[in-house]
Amino acid sequence: MIPLQKIHSQFVPLPMENVDTDQIIPARFLKATTRDGFGKNLFRDWRYENNDDTKPKADFVLNQSKFSGEILVAGKNFGCGSSREHAAWALQDYGFKAVVSSFFADIFKNNALNNGVLPVKVSDEFLAQIFALGNEATITIDVDQQTITIDATGAQEIFDINHYKKTCLLNGYDDIDYLINHKAQIEAFEAQLG
Amino acid sequence: MAKTLFDKIWDKHTVQKIEDGPSVVYIDKHFIHEVTSPQAFNGIEKRGLKVFRPNKVVATADHNVPTINQHLPIKDELSRLQVEQLIANCKKHNVELYGLGHAFQGIVHVIGPELGITQPGMTIVCGDSHTSTHGAFGAVAFGIGTSEVEMVFASQCLLQTKPKVMRINIEGELHNGVLSKDIILYIISKITSSGATGYFVEYAGSAIRALSMEARMTICNMSIEMGARGGMIAPDEITFAYIKGRQFAPGAAQWEEKLTEWKQLYSDEDAVFDYEININASEIEPMITYGTNPGLGIAINGHIPVTDTIADEGERNNIIKALKYMGLESGKSLLGMPVQHVFIGSCTNSRIEDLRLVAGLVKGRKKNENVQVMIVPGSQQVAKQAQAEGLDKIFKDAGFEIRQAGCSACLGMNEDKIPAGEYCISTSNRNFEGRQGAGARTLLASPLTAAAAAITGVVTDVRTLNPLTP
Ligand code: SF4
Repeated sequence: MIPLQKIHSQFVPLPMENVDTDQIIPARFLKATTRDGFGKNLFRDWRYENNDDTKPKADFVLNQSKFSGEILVAGKNFGCGSSREHAAWALQDYGFKAVVSSFFADIFKNNALNNGVLPVKVSDEFLAQIFALGNEATITIDVDQQTITIDATGAQEIFDINHYKKTCLLNGYDDIDYLINHKAQIEAFEAQLG
Repeated sequence: MAKTLFDKIWDKHTVQKIEDGPSVVYIDKHFIHEVTSPQAFNGIEKRGLKVFRPNKVVATADHNVPTINQHLPIKDELSRLQVEQLIANCKKHNVELYGLGHAFQGIVHVIGPELGITQPGMTIVCGDSHTSTHGAFGAVAFGIGTSEVEMVFASQCLLQTKPKVMRINIEGELHNGVLSKDIILYIISKITSSGATGYFVEYAGSAIRALSMEARMTICNMSIEMGARGGMIAPDEITFAYIKGRQFAPGAAQWEEKLTEWKQLYSDEDAVFDYEININASEIEPMITYGTNPGLGIAINGHIPVTDTIADEGERNNIIKALKYMGLESGKSLLGMPVQHVFIGSCTNSRIEDLRLVAGLVKGRKKNENVQVMIVPGSQQVAKQAQAEGLDKIFKDAGFEIRQAGCSACLGMNEDKIPAGEYCISTSNRNFEGRQGAGARTLLASPLTAAAAAITGVVTDVRTLNPLTP
């Protein structure tokens, strides 16, 4: 995993609640056996007319050139539904490094973190402040300080992330490295479990 | 100290608690399927590792498989490749595979319990959100992502933050015509599709105790649809009787010992839950959803909410958007609305009891000529049992199309899809936009409500059809 320390970028607003992983990446695109290339089908059915990728829907944010950046900002309960990690892969492959919302579904949160996409949970008020910003505005997310800042206004919130996960993100380690280093302990535990 | 059922199992499986971080949790059983495992196999291979405990992994092919002519090669090339990759990976890593053509093949959450692999007190994971189904046996069972599948391959452990615990008590007796599917649709409609996020849920109370194992599985299955990490029910005599004698259940030599162990699996009387909900079973009517998440459900004889009266702006916009997708109107009743498809299947409702209930209702009747009815057994064993009981004949006589085991039209991934704009009453668990195919409109309901619509061709209160099966 690539270390993630700071993100400073414009953002893409998706002011919709309950964005489920079937929308992030529809099931028919889950047939790959590698982790790559899912970005082109991110939000596929919201992005294209009749499943035709030569016909982008003009009203969808990813098709509007005024919106860009490494941060997706979405309404509450983002990532609910299926456990498909392909949703996190699609967001990452598309170029998002963080998703900001006032509420995340559990499995998605883990999947995102395991792929170096940072879920940043903010208050409903803070989320509303971001949605009210113009498309030129930028946001800064500092992983070490655990802060998210609206650069234009200086408004800031602190977000939660456990110490262990933060260390992993900052250094680009993953959980598997940790677990393999503890194999002896796991074997001893197995013996006692019987 | 008094412990909840969840705590008892979690604590027993905790290898290590990382300070200000997650716990290392040992996993007893790891189910895998073709969609969420290939990248995990690749991952460990890239690290130069083998599957650490292959005998704790069980594989099947379910999501991508066709449900007709399963003896022929899969037509869709990508689906075929994914299934072939699973076969190759399992062979290479010595993992037991119940793939296409095997007598045990089926939807992963149907075969685990029916083979007796799923047992009380276990920690069970699968790269699939409906792993919560297995919690019906008093196991801690939950869905994981592919990176986590890789973790379990590499170490038989997972790094997990301990969730909070919620208990939902349902006391009293259910009305005639109300099934466990209605209980869970009712709960989700009350607490919303994110209402249990961060929690592991235990279902308790006399109405739950009275349910069969298969009915309990339906409830635990949909725990994820209210955001819960998982759902569980304390094991009891009904659980033990269900497990006894199954293929991989403990044999006679260990049975008594296991039973003693399993009988300790309950929440202590003074155990404290982070949240508790009490529901009276008599409040529950047959349910149906009208929207695009499982929380948007109403009693079959109720009305779609009047959107103008919804105070919360976010929620109001959600429902307006959902109704637009569904082509439905605020404030209306669904009764009498024509449907074009009925799908009876999925890991929620494709077990033998579901098929028996449906057969009981349709016996001697014919489906309405304007509906297509697909009935898809959850596993080869369910299909075989249905044949042995003559249910397949009842379905055929009624004009139902009986398919072979798999996820089928639950998700638009294999050949079974619902055409854009058409309505499908489905016994599955998700009504998201496009879930059953791009543009498809899904109404979630119980097998009885689905069967009633198959006969009448319209949304029907099953209690108005006579005779009603028990
Ligand atoms: S039946 Fe549906 S919900 Fe169940 S495992 Fe298959 S795709 Fe998932």
